[in-house]
Amino acid sequence: MSEGEEGRAALRTKSAEVVVVALFFLLGGLVIYDSVRLGIGWQEVHGPRPGYFPFYVGLIICVSSAINLAQALLVADEKNTTFVQLGQLKLVLTVLVPTAIYAALVTWIGIYVSSVLFISFFMRWLGRYPWWKVVAVSVGAAVVFFLIFEIWFKVPLPKGPLESWLGLD
Amino acid sequence: MDEIQALAHGFGVALSLKNLLLMFTGVILGVVIGVLPGLGGANGVAILLPLTFGMAQTPGGATSAIILLSCIYWGALFGGAITSILFNIPGEPWSVATTFDGYPLAQRGRAGNALAAAFTSSFVGALVAVIMITFLSPIIAGFALQFGPPEFFAVYLLTFCAFIGTSKEPPFKTLAAMMTGFALAAVGTDPVTGTLRLTFGSTHLLTGFDFLVAVIGLFGIGEILLTLEEGLAFKGAKAKLNARVVLETWKELPKYWLTSLRSSAVGCFMGIVPGGATPASFMSYGVARRFSPRGAKFGTGELEGVVAPETAAHAAGTSALLPMITLGVPGSPTAAVLLGGLMIWGLQPGPLLFIEQKDFVWGLIASMYLGNIAGLIVVLTCVPFFAAILRVPFSVIAPIIVVVCAIGAYTIHNSIFDVWMMVVFGVAGYLFKKLRYPLAPMVLAIVLGDAAEASFRQAMLVSQGDLSVFFSNSLVGSLTGLALVLLFLPLITAVLARLRGKK
Repeated sequence: MSEGEEGRAALRTKSAEVVVVALFFLLGGLVIYDSVRLGIGWQEVHGPRPGYFPFYVGLIICVSSAINLAQALLVADEKNTTFVQLGQLKLVLTVLVPTAIYAALVTWIGIYVSSVLFISFFMRWLGRYPWWKVVAVSVGAAVVFFLIFEIWFKVPLPKGPLESWLGLD
Repeated sequence: MDEIQALAHGFGVALSLKNLLLMFTGVILGVVIGVLPGLGGANGVAILLPLTFGMAQTPGGATSAIILLSCIYWGALFGGAITSILFNIPGEPWSVATTFDGYPLAQRGRAGNALAAAFTSSFVGALVAVIMITFLSPIIAGFALQFGPPEFFAVYLLTFCAFIGTSKEPPFKTLAAMMTGFALAAVGTDPVTGTLRLTFGSTHLLTGFDFLVAVIGLFGIGEILLTLEEGLAFKGAKAKLNARVVLETWKELPKYWLTSLRSSAVGCFMGIVPGGATPASFMSYGVARRFSPRGAKFGTGELEGVVAPETAAHAAGTSALLPMITLGVPGSPTAAVLLGGLMIWGLQPGPLLFIEQKDFVWGLIASMYLGNIAGLIVVLTCVPFFAAILRVPFSVIAPIIVVVCAIGAYTIHNSIFDVWMMVVFGVAGYLFKKLRYPLAPMVLAIVLGDAAEASFRQAMLVSQGDLSVFFSNSLVGSLTGLALVLLFLPLITAVLARLRGKK
């Protein structure tokens, strides 16, 4: 997958480094902000205030991120390798986006129905399996999970309208 | 010889029919987990941990629960070798070094020999480590009974500085990842005063981030995304493993006793010091290549090149449990997950375990012997079955793994919010892995953050804010000193390299 359009770099390593460092700064900043609010000094009886430890944690995050940023920026342009190719990114997103939708769906229709939909989507979209195989595997998996968790280990999982219609919860 | 007596008692605990059954269940599950991409020792154990909540409440149940979980771990350690040798895909990071000689052996039709050698040397490595745990852990635990807050903080400091000193990743990336772990651990209730921190008014964050969710996301979802980049198909060699091949390999193995011994030593040491199985396997491969008379042929399919990393990885993976049960400081992410399990079951990890929970501790240690024997039997007899799992197309297995991860994340606290967090951690895991931010120190920081902070603040309270308490006696002083040396090790080696370069 290294040739043509699919092999083109979607993102270079340097850009990726900068994005991640920015996220680290955001996190460190948030931590420092809330630590200062809680107090970072010494307090009689209790010793260091609640913000003391996180404050330095936030500080170290920011300082080391600054160094990481500098090191990333110092990389020469010709050594700036591909972080992810276009084709790879497409594949990763075809998994990531459905996974995110799946996680959101669990709230509404329960984990069993959304799992059936999720597995079906994968097998049909990426695997191009005939529908009967898709249905057999996805429904089969859901039934196996139901037996293991609800019946065998008695761990209730989130359920939706279908389960209450079937009277399973 | 108190240990022998205690161990015999432990065998009595572990050798019940129920526990033996759990052992085989655990090992089989573990090998499956080790073989599957996206599932490994750490997140496999994390996903299955909620299933033990009910089990651990029955009398003696905590011992059964830890036997089940630790056997999943042994299974995962064994399983990594199968994919490395047959498919040239390391199922686990610690089996990367196994591919160097394992896969060439498989291509030359000697897959069976490579597998038999890998499993046997894994077993030997684990055995050496368990023997060490048997005799060393009561001593360390006894020693640790006298620890106060400064000593405990020094041990935590040593743990985290060791990551910076021994990590192959850039030191400041290690530091950033580790401190992110500490920041995530600080979210929620302050362990000393009970003040709410870093929640920004969100009710979801009141209880903080659960590291089990982080482990499932970082290692599970992150790994799936990485595997996807490589494409969707696995192509592998066929495995023929029968009694004849095993016996033939066993005849050859004693030749490599010195490599075995050296690798076990490297593994045990790296496991106790939190470096873990992965660097241990590389280091021991490197050492073996240097000292072996056949060293020049390494990489073309030498059995010795399989023996060395497998022995060390298994020895390190096993001995990572030593600091976990004696000090409450895990040496690897998987040991951290087991530690989390102990805390959820209501057991306080640390030196007191050896006094208050004798059945549990010695049952666990005895199960390490038995679990590895069970593991060896299972992998030697069932390789074709496990290899068949990898022939299931990725478009079928990947969504099922994602679903399993989601269920695992949900069942920890029965919270759908955790499923969303898992996805977020998955993306973070993918980015971190690609940009060489190490995940292990981050996970350990999430687990140990509160305890490390509490011990630091208690020590400060005792000394009234005087930092010299961390050098107040020879024990705490040498721990702190060693920690600082490890912390600055990257700097020291850089300076030494420059000085040598100038000459």
